[in-house]
This record gives sequence, structure tokens and C-alpha cells, in this order.
Amino acid sequence: MDEKKYAALEESISPKPPILRNMITAFITGGTICLIGQAVSLFYMTFFDFTERTSSNPTVATMVFFAMLLTGFGQYKKISQFGGAGASVPITGFSNAVVSAAIEHKSEGYVVGVGGNMFKLAGSVILFGVVSAFAVALIKTILVKLGVVSW
Amino acid sequence: MIPMFITAFIVGGLICVIGQILFDVAKLTPAHTLCILVVSGSILDGIGWYEPLIDFAGAGATIPITSFGNSLTHGAMSEAEKHGFVGVLTGMFEVTSSGISAAILFGFIAAILFKSKGKV
Amino acid sequence: MVVKGLLTFASMPIIASTGVTGGPLERKSPFAEGFDKIYDDERSKLSTNEQGHSKMFEETCMIALSKIDLLPSDVDFLLIGDLVNQMTPSNFCASSLQTPYIGLFSACATSVSSLLIAALLTEAGMSTCAIAGSGSQHNAIERQFRYPIEYGSQKPLTSQWTVTATGIAAVTPYKTGYPAIVSGTIGRTIDLGMTDPLNMGAAMAPAAANTLQRHFEGHGTKESDYDVIMTGDLGKNGFNIYRKLLEQAGIKTSTKFRDAGAAFYGDDEDFQSGASGAGCSAAIYFSDVYTKMMMGEYKRVLLLATGALLSPMSAQQGDSIPCIAHAVELIMK
Repeated sequence: MDEKKYAALEESISPKPPILRNMITAFITGGTICLIGQAVSLFYMTFFDFTERTSSNPTVATMVFFAMLLTGFGQYKKISQFGGAGASVPITGFSNAVVSAAIEHKSEGYVVGVGGNMFKLAGSVILFGVVSAFAVALIKTILVKLGVVSW
Repeated sequence: MIPMFITAFIVGGLICVIGQILFDVAKLTPAHTLCILVVSGSILDGIGWYEPLIDFAGAGATIPITSFGNSLTHGAMSEAEKHGFVGVLTGMFEVTSSGISAAILFGFIAAILFKSKGKV
Repeated sequence: MVVKGLLTFASMPIIASTGVTGGPLERKSPFAEGFDKIYDDERSKLSTNEQGHSKMFEETCMIALSKIDLLPSDVDFLLIGDLVNQMTPSNFCASSLQTPYIGLFSACATSVSSLLIAALLTEAGMSTCAIAGSGSQHNAIERQFRYPIEYGSQKPLTSQWTVTATGIAAVTPYKTGYPAIVSGTIGRTIDLGMTDPLNMGAAMAPAAANTLQRHFEGHGTKESDYDVIMTGDLGKNGFNIYRKLLEQAGIKTSTKFRDAGAAFYGDDEDFQSGASGAGCSAAIYFSDVYTKMMMGEYKRVLLLATGALLSPMSAQQGDSIPCIAHAVELIMK
């Protein structure tokens, strides 16, 4: 049996991901996390001296904190199994990636284990965020200098 | 305020649906998906679309990882506006620091407090 | 003489005793009743998962030996393996038992490959008691092959759950009243280009089908000769593909075809396609199948353990997954 024939056979038997169901649960989960974020940001605007714009910083930090607790108590992976991208895409998913790696590598010590592995999953997001931010901002600056667009 | 909760839910949910499509249809790993979303957020900010989205959806636009790309780009661009090309490099983490510093700090605290469990 | 991987054991070495242990989650398995010991703490109160893994190996060996009143110093060979890097759990177990040791890696097929090598040493008259077996510990294996335990990622329907379990068999020269190892087939590595590490069943199914056909042709047997033909850890999805492949090759698949991975957790959907891991097949072969042979329910069985020979690095580098299946035939006189 050659590879192509087998790939066709495998394709016909292996169960497909239930795409519609996954999309709905991702929508609900992601939407709910953002809804909680909105409530947190309302809290910071009402009780502290934050505006709609500046409240996003403490909100993000608070959501990261919630995700740390859920990860530590072993609940975040259950949310992810249900919500898929709905749990991975929000900042809580970033927090889960950092915290889970930190907990996992505690056994190799705090310096080599936790320190060295904390960003092994989340690091690529930071890398590509920084590189693309650099490229986008550079292009924009050049375009502004050339007078093509304005800030 | 109430409409903001509704738009936050819908916009946040839709960004996650895009992520789910990248998982299931494009068969990308979580890491690849998140990188694509971060880069998209950065590009959307470059063409000036992300800030209006935040005004419209609040946390629905600031909580998804796309906002990370947006705020990195935003910091870089606003410094570039003031200081020219040098600002592109120095301004990057001006706005984003809270998410990363919170993740580092809480990650470390979690490592002290918790152990992984491994139940279903 | 060219045997092409086909082994026959004229002296019929036997499995004189077995030991099987499982982790706390394995209580959910319908086979858990047949295990000798279930741990409440998969780390055995030690500080790391890997230490818990080797402790489990050690205690399972001791359980198997205690049933035949032997000490580790009475054992000629220790032939075990696991899935952790460089097999440190097996190495530490060997260091503590002080039995002459060879670590074996055939991924999840180690249960049968170790049994075959133990039988060969016994057949050659070099061994009066050899310990064979394999084990896995969920947390230690997941973190090495996939993600940190607490990392949330949606597991697809084809994914399998690595078991925390260890299965050990003590192989000795022939005596009546025990399951005897009569023949075996060393598998060929089969790679049909599957690359998805979350669908290992599909990668391993062709290897299982290939070894089964070679065993039937090489030893002149057919499926009706056996009471049960049990594959290792194809999982529900891989098992379906394997049966389809056999039907295409003209082998009728009846209910005597079973898969340890698909059956391990029953129909619990939390485990997606079923169980996997080096301990999966070993635990069921050496508890359920062994007990049924001892009681005379099974007279002749064929065990086909399957292994996916990948590493996280080879998968990330985009290489396909080479797979192997080893077969061993046991009879009960």
C-alpha cells in the first residue's frame, strides 16, 4: 500500500473535528472571557481613577491573575477542552501558557527550570508580536516621512 | 455601558471563532494560530483600524491576543511620532508592559504555590 | 538459516507470574480490578513524576517476584523500558534492584519486544528467570512529548490518553500450568507518511496489520486458531483503520480482535480515542489476558503491541512517524 492510498483510507475513517460545534463553544467561551474582562474594566473605572482607555492595563493584569488561579487549580485545561480557541486566544490563554510551563518545570529548580522554560510556549507570541510591531511601525514611519500618510 | 458588554461579548467571541477556524480548518497548532493573530493585530493597528475596534468593543478587543500586537505597534508608532526612527525601537513595550510583567510575576508565584495535577 | 524476524520457541518458556500497577485515574478502567495495586498518588509521595515512575517500576517488579517467592538477586535479567528521555525511570529501577539490566525501547511495543527477548534468553538456556515489561506515567510522558500538564489545548477526537500503569512479567523455563511463549514475530518498521502526533492510531495501524499478516504467513496460522488477537494501543480510531486494512487483505475481523488502548478506559469519552503509552498494553496483557489464560478461558492468544517511534523533535521537524508492531503467541496447555 502506498502513502497516497493510505492517506485516503485514513482520511475516510478518522473522525473529523466537529467544526460547527467547536466554533460555537469557542464563541461562547471567548465571548464570556471578554465579558468578564469588560466587567473588570468597569470595576477599575468606577472605583479607581482609570478612564476607558487606561483601564485596559489593569484589566489585562487581572485577567492574567484569574487565569493563573484557574491553571494552578487544574481548571483551565478543562475550559480549553470545551472552548478550544475561545480559551487560547484571550490573554488568559497566554497566561495559561506561561503559568503551566512555570509549574511544570519547577522540578528542575527556579533558575534553570522555571526561569528557562516559562516562555517556551508563549515566547513565540512575544517574538512575532515584537517583530511585526517593528516592521509595521517602521513602514508607517517611512511612509509618514515620505508624506504618503500622516500619523 | 450595557451595549459595551454586548459588543465585547460578540467581538471577543468572533475573534476566538477565527482562532478556532485556524485550528480546525487550517490545521494549525495553537502556537501558529496565536502568532498569526498577534501579527494581524499589529497590522490592523498599522492601518489604524484597531483603535476604533477598541472604542466599539472595549474588552472584546483588548482581551484577545490580537490586542498584544496592537499595543506593541501602538507604543512603537507613538514614540516614532515623537522621536522618529529611534522611537520605533524604544517605544515598543511602552503600552504592553502590564500583560507581560503580570504573566512573568504570576507565573513565578504560581510556580511557588502549585504543582501540576494531570486529572481529566 | 534466515528467519526474517520469525521466532519459534521449542522449549516453551513460560510467564510464571505477573505484576500490574496503575495510577489513581486508572481506577476508571474496567480492568482496574485485575491490577495488583492502584496508587492514590502517582508520584508515590516522591517529589517528581519521574521518581514516581521509577518507584512504580520497582514495586511492580517486586510484586511479580513475590508471587513466585524470588528476590531481585535471584533474577538473571531485567529487560524493561519506558518513554521518558533515555529511559531514566527504568534505569533508576535497575539501579535499585541491582539485577543485570538492558533497557529496551520500542515505544509502546516494549511490552512484547521485552517478552520476546526474555523468551530468547530462556530458550538459549542462559536464563532461569528474566523480568520483562514496560510502563508509563501520564505526567512524565505528556510533558516530554506534548505540553505541560496544565496547558490547555483542545484534544482532537483522535488523540489518546497516556496511561499511568506498569506491567511486568517474570519469564522462566517451561513448567505445566502456565501460559507458554511459543512463537513471535519481530516487526518491520512501517512508515506510511502520517505526521499527526495527535493521531498515532492512524500511524500505527499499518504496522499492526503488517506484522499480523507476517505472523499468519510465517507461522502458518490463521485468525480462527486464536481465542483473542489483541493489539496494543491503536485506540478506537486506529483500531477501526487496522480492521479495515485487514479486511482489504482478506482477513475476517471478528469480535476476537480487540485492542488494549481502545478498551482500557471503556467508553469514557473524556479519553477521546482511548489509551496509549508503554504501560497500556503491558497492563492489560499481564492482568486481564494473563488471568484469563490461567483460568483456562483463553487457550491460545496473539498479542500485537504497537509503538510509534517518534520524538517531539522529529515531529516538529516535520518528519513522518515510523511505527512498529511486535507479535507474541501464548498458549495454555
